[in-house]
Amino acid sequence: MGSITLNQVTKSFGEVQVIPPLDLEINDGEFVVFVGPSGCGKSTLLRLIAGLEDVSSGMIAIDGNDATQVPPAKRGLAMVFQSYALYPHMSVRKNIAFPMKMAGVPQEEQEKRITNAAKVLNLTDYLERRPGQLSGGQRQRVAIGRAIVREPAAFLFDEPLSNLDAALRVNMRLEISELHNTLETTMIYVTHDQVEAMTMADKIVVLHAGVIEQVGSPLELYNNPRNEFVAGFIGSPKMNLIKGEEAAKRNAATIGIRPEHIGLSTTDGAWQGKVGVAEHLGSDTFIHVHVPEFTEPLTVRASGEFSVRHGDTVYCTPDESKLHKFDAKGLRMT
Amino acid sequence: MATQHSKSAARVMISPAVIFLLGWMIVPLVMTIYFSFLDYRPLRGVKECCVGFQNYERFVTSSSFTESVITTLIMVGGILLITVIGGILLALLLDQPFWGQGIVRILVIAPFFVMPTVSALVWKNMFMNPVNGLFAYLFKFLGLEPFDFLTQAPLFSIILIVSWQWLPFATLILLTATQSLDSEQLEAAEMDGAPVLSRFFYIILPHLARAITVVILIQTIFLLSIFAEIFVTTNGAFGTRTLTYLVYQRVLESQNIGLGSAGGIIAVILANIIAIFLMRIVGKNLDR
Ligand SMILES: Nc1ncnc2c1ncn2[C@@H]1O[C@H](COP(=O)(O)OP(=O)(O)OP(=O)(O)O)[C@@H](O)[C@H]1O
Ligand SMILES: [Mg+2]
Repeated sequence: MGSITLNQVTKSFGEVQVIPPLDLEINDGEFVVFVGPSGCGKSTLLRLIAGLEDVSSGMIAIDGNDATQVPPAKRGLAMVFQSYALYPHMSVRKNIAFPMKMAGVPQEEQEKRITNAAKVLNLTDYLERRPGQLSGGQRQRVAIGRAIVREPAAFLFDEPLSNLDAALRVNMRLEISELHNTLETTMIYVTHDQVEAMTMADKIVVLHAGVIEQVGSPLELYNNPRNEFVAGFIGSPKMNLIKGEEAAKRNAATIGIRPEHIGLSTTDGAWQGKVGVAEHLGSDTFIHVHVPEFTEPLTVRASGEFSVRHGDTVYCTPDESKLHKFDAKGLRMT
Repeated sequence: MATQHSKSAARVMISPAVIFLLGWMIVPLVMTIYFSFLDYRPLRGVKECCVGFQNYERFVTSSSFTESVITTLIMVGGILLITVIGGILLALLLDQPFWGQGIVRILVIAPFFVMPTVSALVWKNMFMNPVNGLFAYLFKFLGLEPFDFLTQAPLFSIILIVSWQWLPFATLILLTATQSLDSEQLEAAEMDGAPVLSRFFYIILPHLARAITVVILIQTIFLLSIFAEIFVTTNGAFGTRTLTYLVYQRVLESQNIGLGSAGGIIAVILANIIAIFLMRIVGKNLDR
């Protein structure tokens, strides 16, 4: 009850084509994350699915039925906005009840669903307050509550956590994942934070300038990035991308190696370099090594105890089996 | 910033301005109060001191007083109704993107710059005149008897003229309020299944509540003292005599300064009661 299909969908604002023809299949019950750099068209794509923007061409089907011309209210989708978009003059209870009131749900049923949603979202004590009297996280939960009570075919989230502080974000991330596990409803989630994408998604859609670069599970994207862009975008810290002689030696235009797949030694190894900045995270230390042959410093993961000082000479050895090779067009070579 | 010291310094610094303004305000007020207790009719050479509340009594008990209060209320209420409803509709219309938006917005605001006397004269002679007015031509064109607005519906005609002048003000304030509405709220309501009318009543109207109260408050204060429009069109005849106009007639036409002053003080008191009442409502609306 919540599969969505996009078929050759495009979107232009005036002369500018923001979304070139795009195909996408979202299965029922999936947690799909749209991820990509700012301005790549994630929100636009979500709004196309919601019906808040008209497609310039192409077709959107929900549950197999053509929904391209269906108005947003009739699509059976619920959206949580980045600004939460709560109604400021209504109490939390009225906010949550609003979609049901509009749909003409009977009073007792409304009460039941509000009580339920409030329990799930820890809002029971705040039902009589106005949105202005709530914290950011609580407002976020009210917005989600308003979406839940509609019992939609799918939830759409547009960067719902970007206004929250780091600790709360981790919390809400878990809560939303948990919600997905309980409700088993399709969720489409937009973010530019690839950590959110990796931790929450069943399926990640990587967008770049309106084009889908790759679709796959988090680990698929991590282990087999289809091209240089995905390789550089997924993973934290970024994969090291090396061009030039080292790449040519391995018959590639570019080679990529993740920080965790490089061995570090003070005595011998493949690439010799000098230690630059070291980022200590406690469990891990990420060391930037300046290798003279490379244009950019290598990021290397070392265990927490590995102690070197700025300017020390170290040797890096890539794990050849974990090396990614890309051709001149940036596509992965097998 | 505001330490004890700087506060008292600030008080000293602004005191000349405050004292000047207070004097400016209080002297005429005290003079009016003083006159209201005199029997002062300069043309007859009467000036007797201390007649007590006699002037007040005469002003309030005369049959024209109640009539004028009712006329004032109808006039102000009618104008508020037309300008607020019209202002909301115009604001929503002007908020839509359309070609030539900038010019249309300026045109809509234009009536506000026309002086009351001028606009009343223009309306009286160019539109509402039963022989030469544009409305008369329109009626004749449609094969109807021309309607003499100012004699047959004088109060309504004045309401119309003043509404025309104040509509731009209401529109302007309500337009800025409309523009400050977060479009995501409307989109959320749309997704929640609210049709256009529900979106208006549940989202837009509550959002405009503050701006509407401000419009009502400011307009009421100004409308209670409408004068030029009545003076130019009906001269207070045909049941268009408001409280302000009655005071004017008492002072200038009957040359009874004592009675007029008493009327003026009564008008001030009534206006203050209305203002306090309105302030309460606004205060309640501004709290949120
Ligand atoms: N109403 C509009 N008119 C014209 N151009 C628009 C409009 N809305 C979006 N765009 C353009 O479309 C592109 C994609 O915008 P979109 O909001 O989808 O980006 P995004 O991926 O959501 O970015 P972010 O992560 O910053 O939210 C941008 O280049 C933007 O300038
Ligand atoms: Mg966005």
